Amino acid sequence: MAYLTDRKRAAGLGAAKTGTEHHWSMMVSSVALLLLVPLFVFTVGPVIGSSHGEMVAYFAKPFPAIVAALTLTVGLMHFKNGAQTLIEDYVHGPAKKLTIIGVICLSYAAAGTALFSIARIAL
Amino acid sequence: MADVNRGNRPLSPHLAIYRPQLTSMTSILTRITGNALLISTLLVVWWFLSAAISPEYFAYADGVLTSWFGDIVLTLSVLGLWYHTLAGLRHLIWDMGYGLEVEQAEKMGIVCLVGSVVLTLITVLVV
Repeated sequence: MAYLTDRKRAAGLGAAKTGTEHHWSMMVSSVALLLLVPLFVFTVGPVIGSSHGEMVAYFAKPFPAIVAALTLTVGLMHFKNGAQTLIEDYVHGPAKKLTIIGVICLSYAAAGTALFSIARIAL
Repeated sequence: MADVNRGNRPLSPHLAIYRPQLTSMTSILTRITGNALLISTLLVVWWFLSAAISPEYFAYADGVLTSWFGDIVLTLSVLGLWYHTLAGLRHLIWDMGYGLEVEQAEKMGIVCLVGSVVLTLITVLVV
């Protein structure tokens, strides 16, 4: 013990442990969403309430389909990382791990479903 | 001396002793809106999935989203989405090292609150 420096003894005892990469992923996805969200709202919004034929014809065009696919996948990955921070703050112990795993699985499942659906409509 | 006080380090003061402030309220609202948007996202994904399944199922899902209840949920979703977008922009500005003074942070907080309502009204009018 006597040979450890004070710095070495303190390393890893903080609350944060890691986080730089996590913060960076939130920054990158939020910049992307800053552009995607307005495009998504004003391309998808008007189509809600239209007939099936109109909706399918609209998303057969590349631009609305690509915007919708990107917004939902980038948005869900942003949610996955953001919700993890929320869980880490309020849930502890084994429940924390299980909730984070659940959120990650749900995020990928929703993103996969969105991509499948949009591809099926667009192609 | 580094060996004393291990595992008994001071904790930050409990939330309950703080008076509600604009900065803390706009901060927690960012978290609430961001996580609540999962419900909106799942609804929209369900709407896309229904269109991929059949015209009949799409009519059902679209009917739910355009019902009075769907209108309320979607309008609140848009409000939450714009608020979270503006609050996210505020975070990006902070990350660049600007607007960290309390006065500026509060000013930007008001912009987030008012801006999200204005953007929601514009969205409801346009969409």
